[in-house]
Amino acid sequence: MAGTNTMTKDPILKVDHLSMRFGGLMAINDLSFEAYRGDITALIGPNGAGKTTVFNCITGFYKPTMGMITMRQKAGKEYLLERMSDFEVNRDAKVARTFQNIRLFSGLTVLENLLVAQHNKLMLASGYTVLGLLGFPAYKRAAAQSIEQAKYWLDKANLIDRADDPAGDLPYGAQRRLEIARAMCTGPEFLCLDEPAAGLNPRESLALNELLRSIRKDTGTSILLIEHDMSVVMEISDHVVVLEYGQKISDGNPDHVKNDPKVIAAYLGVEDDEVEEVIEQIEEIAEVAPGDTHK
Amino acid sequence: MEYFVQQLVNGLTLGSIYGLIAIGYTMVYGIIGMVNFAHGDIFMLGGFAALIVYLVLVGLFGGVPIALALFVMIIVAMLMTGLWNWVIEKMAYRPLRGSFRLAPLITAIGMSIALSNFIQVTQGPRNKPIPPLVSSVYNVFGISISLKQIIIVVVTAVLLTIFWYIVNHTPLGRAQRATEQDRKMAALLGIDVDKTISITFVMGAALAAVAGTMYLMYYGVIVFTDGFTPGVKAFTAAVLGGIGSLPGAVLGGLMIGLIESLWSAYFTIDYKDVATFSILAIVLIFKPSGILGRPEVEKV
Amino acid sequence: MANITNTPESAGSNLMARALREAFYAGLVALGLFVLFVGLKTDQNILNELVLVQRWGLLAVFVAIAAVGRFLSVAFIRPYLAERKASKASAGVKEPGFVTRNFSMIAVAVLLVYPPIMVAIFGFQGSLKWVDNFGIQILIYVMLAWGLNIVVGLAGLLDLGYVAFYAVGAYSYALLSSYFGLSFWVLLPMAGIFAALWGMILGFPVLRLKGDYLAIVTLAFGEIIRLVLINWTAVTKGTFGISGIAKASVFGIWSFDVSASNNFAKVFGLPMSSAYYKIFLFYLILALCLLTAFVTIRLRRMPIGRAWEALREDEIACRSLGINTVTTKLTAFATGAMFGGFAGSFFAVRQGFVSPESFVFLESAIILAIVVLGGMGSLIGIAVAATLMIGGTELLREMEFLKHIFGPDFTPELYRMLIFGLAMIIVMVWKPRGFVGSREPTAFLRERKNVSGSFTKEGHG
Repeated sequence: MAGTNTMTKDPILKVDHLSMRFGGLMAINDLSFEAYRGDITALIGPNGAGKTTVFNCITGFYKPTMGMITMRQKAGKEYLLERMSDFEVNRDAKVARTFQNIRLFSGLTVLENLLVAQHNKLMLASGYTVLGLLGFPAYKRAAAQSIEQAKYWLDKANLIDRADDPAGDLPYGAQRRLEIARAMCTGPEFLCLDEPAAGLNPRESLALNELLRSIRKDTGTSILLIEHDMSVVMEISDHVVVLEYGQKISDGNPDHVKNDPKVIAAYLGVEDDEVEEVIEQIEEIAEVAPGDTHK
Repeated sequence: MEYFVQQLVNGLTLGSIYGLIAIGYTMVYGIIGMVNFAHGDIFMLGGFAALIVYLVLVGLFGGVPIALALFVMIIVAMLMTGLWNWVIEKMAYRPLRGSFRLAPLITAIGMSIALSNFIQVTQGPRNKPIPPLVSSVYNVFGISISLKQIIIVVVTAVLLTIFWYIVNHTPLGRAQRATEQDRKMAALLGIDVDKTISITFVMGAALAAVAGTMYLMYYGVIVFTDGFTPGVKAFTAAVLGGIGSLPGAVLGGLMIGLIESLWSAYFTIDYKDVATFSILAIVLIFKPSGILGRPEVEKV
Repeated sequence: MANITNTPESAGSNLMARALREAFYAGLVALGLFVLFVGLKTDQNILNELVLVQRWGLLAVFVAIAAVGRFLSVAFIRPYLAERKASKASAGVKEPGFVTRNFSMIAVAVLLVYPPIMVAIFGFQGSLKWVDNFGIQILIYVMLAWGLNIVVGLAGLLDLGYVAFYAVGAYSYALLSSYFGLSFWVLLPMAGIFAALWGMILGFPVLRLKGDYLAIVTLAFGEIIRLVLINWTAVTKGTFGISGIAKASVFGIWSFDVSASNNFAKVFGLPMSSAYYKIFLFYLILALCLLTAFVTIRLRRMPIGRAWEALREDEIACRSLGINTVTTKLTAFATGAMFGGFAGSFFAVRQGFVSPESFVFLESAIILAIVVLGGMGSLIGIAVAATLMIGGTELLREMEFLKHIFGPDFTPELYRMLIFGLAMIIVMVWKPRGFVGSREPTAFLRERKNVSGSFTKEGHG
C-alpha cells in the first residue's frame, strides 16, 4: 500500500517543538515531525487532538506560542513559516491549503474560483492592474494562459462540465474537489488538506483518492492531510503522524502506526495510566494468536 | 478640581441619556444582528410624545404637580414609542429577516428618514421649547447639581436595574438570550421567536422614550431632527462598549458623555464631536470588538 | 389560507370576516400610532408659547386609510398575488427581449440625444430644468453610486461615510481653484487623487474591523470631515461655504464666462443663454459616468476586481490563496473614493458653491440605498435605482397641480423626503436583493450564465 519511500528522505516540511496555547489550554505541546518531499503524509488523531491547529500554524493563520516550522522548497530555499503572515505562506513559501468546512467563493463561478487562485501571477502580468487596464497584450496572454491552467485542473477534478456554474451550486463532493483544484491553481509545492474526505460517499471518496494520487504523480506536490477516514489514510498515505492531546504519540508508515498500541489505546479511549495495561494485553494476545490483532 | 467634578456630573447626565438609547441599539443588534438605524428617531418620537402629553396635561388641568406630570409623560411616551417600534419591526424589518444583511439596514435608514420627516410634516419644522419643568439646583461642596441631573441619573439607574433583572432573571430574558444564541434552536425548543423579537423592540423603544423625555426635560426643547445626533452618538456608544453587550452600552454611553463634557470644558466645544468620533476610531483600532464586546474569533 | 375542507363560499365569507377583523385591528393600531402626532399639533401662539391644535378629522382620515387599506390587502390583494404567483410558477421563463438585452446601449444612446430633445421641446430656457435638475442631478448620483458600488457591491466593505470623499473632491476643487486659480481640467484628476489618498488614509487603520464596526467608523470619519469643514473657518469659511467657484471650460478652448473673449456663445455667434453651460455639464457628467462604468467593467475582469469579489465571498479563503487582503481592501477603498472625488469636483463646478450642508450623513445613506436598491454589483440596476429614487423625488418638486387639489398651503416638497424614506422601505421589502439580483460572471468557458443572488454573499467587512 505504502508509496515508494526513497531511502534518502528529503524533508519538505520540518515542525520543531511546536506549541500553541489558547489561554489555559495547551492545544499543541512540543510537537515535532517531518513531512517528506513527494510523500502523502497523514496527520491523524482523535477529535480535539489539535490537528487543525497544527494546520493553522503551518499555514500562518495562527501564530504558534513556541517552535519552528521550516518549509524547504525544491530549489533549496527555506522559509520559516511561523514568522510569515497567512497570505505570504501561500504566495512565497508555496504552501496551499483547504478547509475543514469548505470555503469556496460560492457566488463566483467554478472557473472564476480557479482564476482568483492565480491572483498573484496575474497581478504581475497585468502590471498591478495599470497595464491591464490599458489593454496591454501581455496581460491578455497571461489571462488566456490562466484559463488554460484552470481548464487543466477542471479536467483533473472532473468539473469541466460545471465550469460556468456558481460554485455554491455544486454537490458536496464536487465542492471538495474544487477546493483542492483551486489550491493547486496557486502552484504549491506543499498542499495541506483538512479532512478532504469528510462527508463524501464511497464513490466520491474514490474519486478523491484518484485526484490526490494524480496530483502527486503529475506535479510532484507533497501532501499533508488530516483525515478521520482510516480507509483513506491507510490507502493513500506513505507516512502517518498520530496526535493525541496535542502531542505526537506515533510516527511512521501506515503499517507501523496501525499496530502501535499507543494509537490503538488513543482511538479506543483508554485512560493514560491504563495504557501500560492495554499494551500488555495486546502483547499477550499477540503472543497467543500472532497476526490476529482484532480482539 | 471643582470644575472638573462639575464636568463629571454633566458628563454623567449626558452619558445616562446616551446609555439609555444605546441599550436599544445593542439589544436589537444582539438579537437579530441588525443595526436599527431608526432607533435615534424612535428616541425623538419619544421626546415628542412626552412634549405633547405635557401640553395636554397643562391644557386639561392647568397646573399639574411636576412629579406626576413627568411620570405620566414617561409612561405615555414609553407606550407610544413601544407601539411604534412594534409596528415598524413587523412591517419593515420582519419581512427581511434572514435575507441579505444590508436589506434591513437600508429599510432602517429609510425608516429613519421617514420618521423624522413624518414629524416635520405633522408637527412642523420649528424648535419646540417648553418652560423649565424642574429648576432647583443644589450646591454640594461647591458643585452645583441640578435636580434635573439627579432625576436623570436616578431614573436611569432604576431602569437599568429593572432591565438587568428582566434580562437575567425572567423567562422572557432567557428567551431573549436563547434567541440571541441560536434562533432556529430556540424556536425548536418552543420559544416564540417572533414574539421575543417584538418584545425586544418594544423594550428598546421604551427605554429610548425615557431618554427622549429626559432629553426634553434637560434641554427644554426638541425638534424633528433631534433623532440624528443623539442617535449616532448612542450608536457610537453601543459600538464603543461592544455592540451586543448591555453593560457595554451603558459604559459606552457614560464614556461618550464624559468625553463630550470634558472636551468641551477643557478644549474647544467646536470639535467635541470630532473628539468623540476620533476616540471611537482609536479604541476600535486597538480593540476591534469594543471595550466589553466578545472578540470575534476568526474560525478557520 | 382558509380551511381546505370549506366550500368556496364559506371560505369567501371566512376571508371577508377575517379581513374585517384585521381591518378593525389595523384601525385601532393606527389610532394608537397617530393619536398624539396627527390628532394634535404643537404650534406657537403670539406669546411664543406652545399650544395644541386639534386635528381629529385628519386623524380619522389616517385611521380610515389604515383600516380600509388593511381590508383591501387581506380581502383582495393578497389572494390575487397568491393566485398570480401560482400561475407564474407554472409558466416558463421568458427569453429576454431586445430591449432587455441591449439595455445599456439604448440607455447611452438616449442620454446622448437627451439635451437636444429637451431643447427642441422646451426651448433653451425651458430645457434648463430638465437637463439640470433631472439629467445632471441623476447622473451625479449614478456616478457616486457606481463609485460606492466598488467598495460595497464588489469588495463587500460597508461604507457609511462615502460622502466624505465627495466632500474632499468638492473642496479640493473649490479651494485650489479659488486660491490658486487652477483650472477644472487640472483639478479634476487632482481631486480624484486627493480623495483616493484620503480613502487610503482612512482605510488603513480600519481595515481590521468587520461589519458594523467598519460601518460606524466610516460613518464617524464622514462626520469628522464634515465637522472639520464646518469648524476650520479660516480655510473653509465654515457653514458659509465657498462661493464664486470658477466654471469649467471646454478643455480651455471655449469658456462659459460671460465676460471672457472666448465665450462659447460669442465664438459661435449664438444668443447668450445659460443653457449651453448646463448642456456642457450634462455631457461632462455623462462622460465621467461612462468612465466610471468602463473602469468598473474592466476592473472586474482583472485580477484585482476578481480579488475584490472573492473578498466579499470569503476573506479567509482569499488569504489562503496568497491574496494580500489589506492591499486589496485598500485599493477598493481608494478606487471608490477616487470616483467620489471626481464626482465631488464636478459637483463644485456645477453648483459654483460648496458648503458642509451638502455632505451630511443623509447623502451617504442615499447613495448606499441606491447601491443596495439597484442590486449590489450591478451597474444597470444601480443606474435604474438612481433614476427612480432621485428622479422620483425631483418630480415631487414639480407637482404644482397638487396645490389645486389640496389648497394653496400644500407644499409637495415638504413630503419629498417622507416619500423617499417610505419608498426605500417598500422597494427593499419588495425586492430585498435589489432590482438586479443576479451577478454576471467575469469569465466563462462555454456560456455566460448569470449567478443567482442566492449564491452571492454580501461581505462581512
